[in-house]
Amino acid sequence: MTEAVQASGSLRNRLAITLIGGAAILAVLLFFLVRSYAAQIAQQGQDRILGASATSILDAASIRDGVIEVDIPYAAFSMLGTASDDRVFYAIYQDDRLLSGYPGLSLPDADLDGNGPFRTVEFEGADVRRVTASRTLIGADVRTVVSVSVAQTKDALAGTLNRISRNAALFGVGFFALAALLSFWATSTTIGQLMRLTNSVTRRGPQDLSPFAKPVPSEMVPLVSSLNNLMGRLDQSLSQSEDFIAEAAHRVRTPLATVRSHAEATLQRVGKEENRQALRSMVRAIDESSRAAGQLLDHAMITFRADHLERQDIDLVELVRDLVVRLTPVAEMKDIALILSGDKTAPFSGDPILLQNAFRNAIDNALKYAPSESSIEISVSTSPETSVKICDQGAGFPPDEIDNLATRFARGPNSDGIIGSGLGLTIVRDVAAAHGGTMTLRNTPGGGACVILSF
Amino acid sequence: MRYLVVLIFGILPGLCLAQDWEDQRAFGDPGAETTLRIISSTDTSFFEPILASFVAENPGVAIEYLVTGTAALDGLFRADPEKFDLVISSAMDLQLKLANDGFALRIGGVAHPDWAEWRQSLFAFTTEPAAIVINRAAFNGLEIPRTRQDLIHALRDEPERFHGKLGTYDVRQSGLGYLFATQDARASETYWRLMEVMGGLETRLYCCSGEMIDDLASGEIVVAYNVLGSYAAARKDTEDTLEIVLPSEFPTTMMRTALVSNEAPNADAAIAFMRHLIGVQTRRGVDHPLPPLDVAKDSAGRSTIALEPALMTYLDTLKRRRFLQEWESAIIQQR
Ligand SMILES: Nc1ncnc2c1ncn2[C@@H]1O[C@H](COP(=O)(O)OP(=O)(O)O)[C@@H](O)[C@H]1O
Repeated sequence: MTEAVQASGSLRNRLAITLIGGAAILAVLLFFLVRSYAAQIAQQGQDRILGASATSILDAASIRDGVIEVDIPYAAFSMLGTASDDRVFYAIYQDDRLLSGYPGLSLPDADLDGNGPFRTVEFEGADVRRVTASRTLIGADVRTVVSVSVAQTKDALAGTLNRISRNAALFGVGFFALAALLSFWATSTTIGQLMRLTNSVTRRGPQDLSPFAKPVPSEMVPLVSSLNNLMGRLDQSLSQSEDFIAEAAHRVRTPLATVRSHAEATLQRVGKEENRQALRSMVRAIDESSRAAGQLLDHAMITFRADHLERQDIDLVELVRDLVVRLTPVAEMKDIALILSGDKTAPFSGDPILLQNAFRNAIDNALKYAPSESSIEISVSTSPETSVKICDQGAGFPPDEIDNLATRFARGPNSDGIIGSGLGLTIVRDVAAAHGGTMTLRNTPGGGACVILSF
Repeated sequence: MRYLVVLIFGILPGLCLAQDWEDQRAFGDPGAETTLRIISSTDTSFFEPILASFVAENPGVAIEYLVTGTAALDGLFRADPEKFDLVISSAMDLQLKLANDGFALRIGGVAHPDWAEWRQSLFAFTTEPAAIVINRAAFNGLEIPRTRQDLIHALRDEPERFHGKLGTYDVRQSGLGYLFATQDARASETYWRLMEVMGGLETRLYCCSGEMIDDLASGEIVVAYNVLGSYAAARKDTEDTLEIVLPSEFPTTMMRTALVSNEAPNADAAIAFMRHLIGVQTRRGVDHPLPPLDVAKDSAGRSTIALEPALMTYLDTLKRRRFLQEWESAIIQQR
């Protein structure tokens, strides 16, 4: 019946992957942003000190008797001390001539290209940060440019960067973990709403087609309202078709009764044997049709009442006894005894009309399929569970088809020549199910069929 | 007297030049497969116990110990860094510049106080103050000066008593002398006043502390300024005659440093020796002539010359030229 629904991916996974993937990308982005920003700041710090150092050296430059003197202040290099003991290089040029310091640290020309005074260059096999500054000195009759380059290795900076990177990485991982946690939570609450709806759909009884009234998130309102719409239409068309059947059965039964009475009356008057024979089979056919119509009507009624079960407190023994009294004349016509046995009273909460209908159909079957001069035992018991058992002494159910006999319009091979529509056992089963019970068909070892309704 | 000064200037540089080592000694098995070449400015007598204990612990290693002045040592090593394994010197500035210029090998995992090492390549292993060493006899009846200021007063009060009888490093030749002089000059103007007074009294200039202390002991001179107190204290014969004064207004304290050459032929043995040296010098209570590294003092409030790039300031050619000019005009007065 239920066809497997094709699943294309999981909403939860898709949501979670999108959120977590986004968080991962953000975390990586954050890491690089923080790191590059911190690197920039750290570099600025080093640059500032280098700049101060170069300026202090330049400030100490003077011309004395036409000769450049540079009295490097002790602080100029002292301020360059770092935790990693970075190497320090410097060079002092007068115009293009090296006055003192490390040759090759800078070429004065190269620093006039407007890229700012700071540069990372390679010197003595190490990456160094270099600053270059210059100043024009005017003596008595000379005018000369003194330029100073100060450079420092970047070990301390690299140490700082490593530390920052580690922290930034920790920060990124923390951010990611938090975001992942949040996205799991968000996903499960979102999916939770769907699950809840699914649950309330599954929990419903087979006949419950009422609309969903519980509030749902606004995104799910279209889904639920179209679900409600669908169920409304389903409910409507179901009851329409049942109404239709009941109406049809009723409309057929009434004229059939009229036709039957006319046929009986005619039978009294007709003397010719072959005509009487024809009339008799006509009456039989009419009986069969009206019985079928009656059962159809019963079935429709049962389907309807089962949806809106009206339980009353009744005594099953009393109910069965009434029925036995009513059916005894029919049974006597076939020389069959109806024997009621079991408990004296069996209180039960159920719909008496439905229950009576079910028991009557079962007893009817027994009367139909059991031979004359036999007995039908009807026993009601309350323990271990409330059950009603109707057993005859006939040939029993055809064993090959015992599982299918309760299907609508199903008739066994032993039903040839016996009036019936194939709805009797269906009614019995449906009534039992409407009361939350089951119907069991069984053949007794000594022969004979048993229908057991247990609640 | 001027001739004497000229004589000293003329002869001493020749004596101090390193082609002839001041001392050259071998330790350990002469047939050992590795021979550590240590170039040092420290007298062999100070180092002997450390060298001897090292070769005793490492029978496969012999040591050739070469002694020369700090300035000559710097020049020799710079010219041939691949010929030496270890460089030991009291001139912290020259040593630091060697390390800064990439001549020193970085040695990881040496547990050493941060203030006593630089870049894990230059390691300090002694703490030695510069002292005023005085021949007690000359101060007969005078109070022994405790500060530079006192010394200036004493010299001014009785110039005739001290004329020609003062000694100090020739900072043009001695790296250590230059280091002490520049650090003094940086610390206080008193230094220049003292130099001027000493210049007026025709102070003798020495390349090396050994000779200065010899002359002190013999009474040739009576006051030596900025000598290593440890050198004077190590001389047992002078205990009674010499007084070692650590000037109390501002002490100048240097640390002897060692580095392993970046191109050391026997780097592993050199590193092992460095660890041995540091181990011996930082362990307290070891009795030998070399003063230990004063590890007990914390870095705050120490008057030791700091191992930092600023030491290179006075090595700058312009700065040095200017300093030497001033120094010369103070101490070698054109009389
Ligand atoms: N008491 C019984 N004994 C033997 N067979 C029975 C009995 N009751 C029902 N059956 C079998 O079950 C079939 C279905 O019964 P039912 O649904 O009542 O339809 P019908 O109208 O044919 O009786 C019958 O056709 C018959 O083959």
